[in-house]
Amino acid sequence: MCGWGVRGAGSVGGVIEFVRNVRLWFAPARIEEEGVTPDYRFSLANERTFLAWLRTSLALIGGGFAVDQFLPDLRWEWRAGLALGLLAAGVLCALRSVNHWVRCERAMRRGEDLPVSRFPALLSIGVALVALAMVVVVLAGWES
Amino acid sequence: MTVRDPGLQPERTRLAWRRTTLAATVAAVLAGKSALREGPGVTALVVCALCCGLWLGFLAVAHRRIRALSGSVPPQAFTPRHASTAALCTIALAVCAAALVF
Repeated sequence: MCGWGVRGAGSVGGVIEFVRNVRLWFAPARIEEEGVTPDYRFSLANERTFLAWLRTSLALIGGGFAVDQFLPDLRWEWRAGLALGLLAAGVLCALRSVNHWVRCERAMRRGEDLPVSRFPALLSIGVALVALAMVVVVLAGWES
Repeated sequence: MTVRDPGLQPERTRLAWRRTTLAATVAAVLAGKSALREGPGVTALVVCALCCGLWLGFLAVAHRRIRALSGSVPPQAFTPRHASTAALCTIALAVCAAALVF
């Protein structure tokens, strides 16, 4: 469902591609062998995009902590469900940030188009659902 | 520094690292507050120490990168190893948070 799934959503190809990318995360030499080194400004822009996604991830994790902490009157299932939903979104966001960074870097080296992704749309739908659930739960007063 | 980049790309990237460190600090403070909510027990202190360690790990990556970016132009390349370390610190923080929910 994330960036790596775009080429074939739910297909085996997507999984293989992701595993290959994971190997690249820890083998910096391999990415430098391919193609030509792009203009450093493009690499820095890619790095800033990575950091922006990481901040999004940290904000979602902070939101998870906040739900757990600042809604103590909520029923436990709701509190845990909302908190875990936000935390899971944060983890996905962090994983995807590295993966997308690697893919963009490689595309720039090979002179290909930058990868497209449906992850931002899925993430915004997920966050909207959590926000809606939070409004409903707090307004309806389903408290313990 | 040999050449001045008119787009201030290294500076902007450095500031992006600072912002991210700030976000990590906020998340770590919330984690500490969450861990110590029910008084200082053994579990609470262990989770708190773990979160502090993760925060320090993140800080180390950010510091190293900021140093690299304030050096020569063009700066050293950002390696996948650094990217994954930063992301893994974030993920571990989320795992700590999930453990605290239960």
